[in-house]
Amino acid sequence: MVKELLTGNKATAYGAMYARAQVIAAYPITPQTTIVEEIAELIAAKRLNTQYMKVESEHSAMAACVAASNTGARAFTATSSHGLALMHEVLMWAAGARTPVVLVNVNRAMGPPWSVYADHQDAMAQRDTGLIQYWCENNQEIFDTVITAFKVSENKDVLLPAMINQDAFFLSHTSEPVDLPDQEAVDQFLPSYDAPYKLDVDKPTGFGSFIMPPQYMEFRAHMAGGMENARALIRKVDKEWEELTGRSYGGMMDMYRCEDAELILFGAGTMMSTAKDVVDEMRKEGRKVGIARLRVFRPFPVDEVRYLADRARAIGILDRTFTFGYGGPLFNETNSQMYNYRNRPPTKNYIIGVGGRDVRKKHIRALFNDLEKVAKEGYGKEGEVHWWGLLDGSTPEVEL
Amino acid sequence: MMAKLTIPEDEIMSPGHMGCLGCGATMAMRYVLKAAGRRTILSIPACCWAVMPGVWPNTCLQVPELYTPFETTGASAGGIRAALDALGKKDINVIGFAGDGGTADIGIQALSGAADRNDDILYIMYDNEAYMNTGIQRSGSTPIGAWTTTTPVGETDDWEKSPKKDMVSIMIAHRIPYVATATVGYPEDLIRKVKKALSIKGTKFIQIWAPCPTGWKMEPGLTVKITKEAVSCRAFNLLECENGVYKVTMKPQTTPLKDYLFKQGRFKHLPDDLIKELEKDLHMKYEDLLEMEKMTQARAAAREASKAPS
Repeated sequence: MVKELLTGNKATAYGAMYARAQVIAAYPITPQTTIVEEIAELIAAKRLNTQYMKVESEHSAMAACVAASNTGARAFTATSSHGLALMHEVLMWAAGARTPVVLVNVNRAMGPPWSVYADHQDAMAQRDTGLIQYWCENNQEIFDTVITAFKVSENKDVLLPAMINQDAFFLSHTSEPVDLPDQEAVDQFLPSYDAPYKLDVDKPTGFGSFIMPPQYMEFRAHMAGGMENARALIRKVDKEWEELTGRSYGGMMDMYRCEDAELILFGAGTMMSTAKDVVDEMRKEGRKVGIARLRVFRPFPVDEVRYLADRARAIGILDRTFTFGYGGPLFNETNSQMYNYRNRPPTKNYIIGVGGRDVRKKHIRALFNDLEKVAKEGYGKEGEVHWWGLLDGSTPEVEL
Repeated sequence: MMAKLTIPEDEIMSPGHMGCLGCGATMAMRYVLKAAGRRTILSIPACCWAVMPGVWPNTCLQVPELYTPFETTGASAGGIRAALDALGKKDINVIGFAGDGGTADIGIQALSGAADRNDDILYIMYDNEAYMNTGIQRSGSTPIGAWTTTTPVGETDDWEKSPKKDMVSIMIAHRIPYVATATVGYPEDLIRKVKKALSIKGTKFIQIWAPCPTGWKMEPGLTVKITKEAVSCRAFNLLECENGVYKVTMKPQTTPLKDYLFKQGRFKHLPDDLIKELEKDLHMKYEDLLEMEKMTQARAAAREASKAPS
């Protein structure tokens, strides 16, 4: 085992290398570009042996990956933001084709106005495509998740593609020490992909052919079943990875000091790392606070959300995006999973950090204080959905 | 002694396809598979051929088929090849089989990407000159003057106004090793070109002119006859271009454009003066093509001569 200082993007490329991705098709987009560069460098250094397709668009990147996976190869790609949006059609195809392609998405805001900074709309908008969706908070987790995601996706009871999310610049361009396991250990953990169904001239079959209504629904139900099976498998693979490397990410959800927490903030990505620091400080002050970090958005961590519901007096849900209908996506999903459950603490939605705006310790502390008010007195004038820290003064207690 | 037929006997496309009467695209598939053989993987986007093999779980094609989104044929076929290379599987043909809309319009970007990378694939564009699977809407490959459901003629002479997109020149401009045209009325020529293409490494492109009696408002029995008239009236020229050197592979006696047009309901509204203009234009293009053939062959011969030891 060695430790290397890697940016999130380098950790991504290393993940693909250690996972022995056989076909990589990708197209550059800020802030993902250093991934495609690093992959090229690793190939040029004879460290990575892969078929590297420098395609002319993200749409083609995913199309090539799906075709490669259908042919029986392990396929990988990476993109961001508009690139992911362009892929949308083929993401659905990848899932419907049951191809375990792994994609790393560097979370970046959608234009207009143009922005290259961290925002979760790109990935959240792909909620219904049928991809397993992981969310990372540091570069080690990105590296580890590329490997574990292949293991989950390639399981014959799952066979669904996966998207691994990492925040633009906060991770993509920030260096952190990353433990790299022995390649042999990874090879044992993740043997080469043995596709149960593939394009084979000795056993000709059609893939994705035209189908009538009596059968289509069955195929969709099978897909839903694969996603459901992923839930248990993600937990199991997380444990196996822990046995191998000592690192676990909590399976479906990363809970930090939630066991006896009365106020819990739930959210995704790097801002939740900051929030964990605040929890440590506030715990010292005697406040019973905890952090639930979204680790997997699809399948949704239903049991874990209900675990939080059993404990918290109130749950604050952080969305680094908005649905432009009502509330943020994580807020709506979380509320849904509590509605038919015995415990239903009040929840408040904080729309925060949109388009790369800083989420600092003082903001997290203010959120906990606001959430305390919700638990005691109900919602203030902002209601249950609060765009936190807008410059119009609607969040007066926070110095921005 | 009778001449030996060059068409392979193996029927890789079974009877029972769901195409219309007189469908040229089904003939194109049958001949392409005969030429390619069974060690072939097909990549098929949305097009008539996404439906014609039959409804799941049936298929009339006895080779593995990958159905893909409309605009992805170039990337998908390239992805299959990349995977075969990664898995060390050799001697397998990868053929993209797309319609004219999926090639000249929505799929041109992925095709250009594949050609740019020179992926080792054969791309077949079966050209029936409109979006036929969706019900006869004009495509970039629809010729001037044609009626389609989106160029309905009506009271305003609203027939197709822009020329047929020249995919052959576009593909030759990519400097891929082999570009050709063929048509289902000349199967031996078609099969020879497919075989030749598959013997070459890199991206190959063949545009197969495939009549659609339904969309062209034509007697289904005329499919083969109309291809021969299309070639002789210069509406569709048969050629190949290997490493930039042109060869016009069929040069029949010129026949009147009118005879070709008026066998098809899609052209029946065209006024005489426009037909004359179109005919002049087609003849000019054909002569340009002959000039290109002469010029590129002469230059290739000169290059060859300069290489020869003195």
